[in-house]
Amino acid sequence: MSHSILDARNLLCPMPVIRTQNRIAELQPGDTLEIHATDPGTLHDIPAWCRIHGHEIVTATREDSEIRVTVRVGAAT
Amino acid sequence: MSLPASLSASAAANAAKPRVAGARKAVALISGGLDSMLAAKVILDLGIHVEGINFYTGFCVEGHTQAIRSHERDKPKRNNALWTAEQLGIKLHIIEVIEEYKEIVINPKHGYGHNLNPCLDCKGFMVRKAREWMEKNGFDFIITGEVIGQRPMSQRRDTMPVVARESGAFDRLLRPLCAKLLPPTMPEREGWVDREKLLDFNGRGRKPQMQLAEQYGFKEYAQPAGGCCFLTNEQYSHKLADLWQTRGTKQYELDDIMLLKVGRHLRPRPHFKLIVGRDEGENNFLNGYRRRFIHLTATSHPGPMVLLEGTANDDDLLLAARLTARFGRGREDALVNVSITDREGQTRALEVTPILANEIPAEWYL
Repeated sequence: MSHSILDARNLLCPMPVIRTQNRIAELQPGDTLEIHATDPGTLHDIPAWCRIHGHEIVTATREDSEIRVTVRVGAAT
Repeated sequence: MSLPASLSASAAANAAKPRVAGARKAVALISGGLDSMLAAKVILDLGIHVEGINFYTGFCVEGHTQAIRSHERDKPKRNNALWTAEQLGIKLHIIEVIEEYKEIVINPKHGYGHNLNPCLDCKGFMVRKAREWMEKNGFDFIITGEVIGQRPMSQRRDTMPVVARESGAFDRLLRPLCAKLLPPTMPEREGWVDREKLLDFNGRGRKPQMQLAEQYGFKEYAQPAGGCCFLTNEQYSHKLADLWQTRGTKQYELDDIMLLKVGRHLRPRPHFKLIVGRDEGENNFLNGYRRRFIHLTATSHPGPMVLLEGTANDDDLLLAARLTARFGRGREDALVNVSITDREGQTRALEVTPILANEIPAEWYL
């Protein structure tokens, strides 16, 4: 199980979602990815993307302009 | 399974992939609008496995305006394509095509529509990208929400075969909402989908789509197609045309086209223009770009962040400062202090008289 970080700060949606999608494609089920972003839209879009692809949101937080979302990669379908 | 003699090379490559009998797969172009949502639903209901694909060109209205403009920030934010996929219960793959898409915008084989919208080339491009994705992922056919006569450039009876041909999708491209008005495609001929269950929508009207949405219980959906791309917007196209004309070359970078979405744009002189933030959200966004431009702000009064693109002599800077003062709270005052910072970070202060509204020729506004 690996844990990695994706810096998606200063990117506007949907770029953080696209970067998340492309990074997760390289990960294994059970791995976690921590996304750092600044566009408030990511708090909505990344969980939505995860729901339809079967990945789990572990945490999603916002402090001032800094957003952090941690995703656990689901089983490949 | 018998394959037609007209089988394309791409289809032949796809046919070589192993498939489970009966489990046909379609990739659906999902814009986030109603038509593509309905088209996908029609095919899902026929027992086909459907996954969505969505392209990010840089000109998508999606997200950006909401993220930037302050007054939009309180609205619930969502990516309509993702939302649509979730409603349909399908996967959505978002593909970034910013670099490849430039050729479509800069040099469209079929020209532009009313504005700088290369709709026909764009549709051919997106279906081609979907066709490549289909081949790579072992899918069988492509579906779109196109309706004959819905769009003046790309969705006409005579342009639909152009999209099918130029994308290389040929008869693996199915338009479920108007399929009955078109020759049968491979999915229909092969019996993967029942042609009788497909539709015969035609024309610009939205009523049949709305009725079908009601039938499916879709109570909420985004604005119709065409509203999702800045290139169909007259004002945006005017700003892009100005950018190309003043640079003397039809090129752009992502930052250029992002900045065209933000602020008031004024070109007082051929060699420079100003981008003036209209609210706090835009000021913050422009602030992120300040090191790449000469930028101006009022220091004696609240006012906008102003970026100056181009070159400016002292007279130009004075004019830019007076305009900066005009768009801030000091517009009615006799004097406003404005700071001007160059790309090296050197700042100087000017005390200026705000320019009067009637001193700004209408043609300065882009």
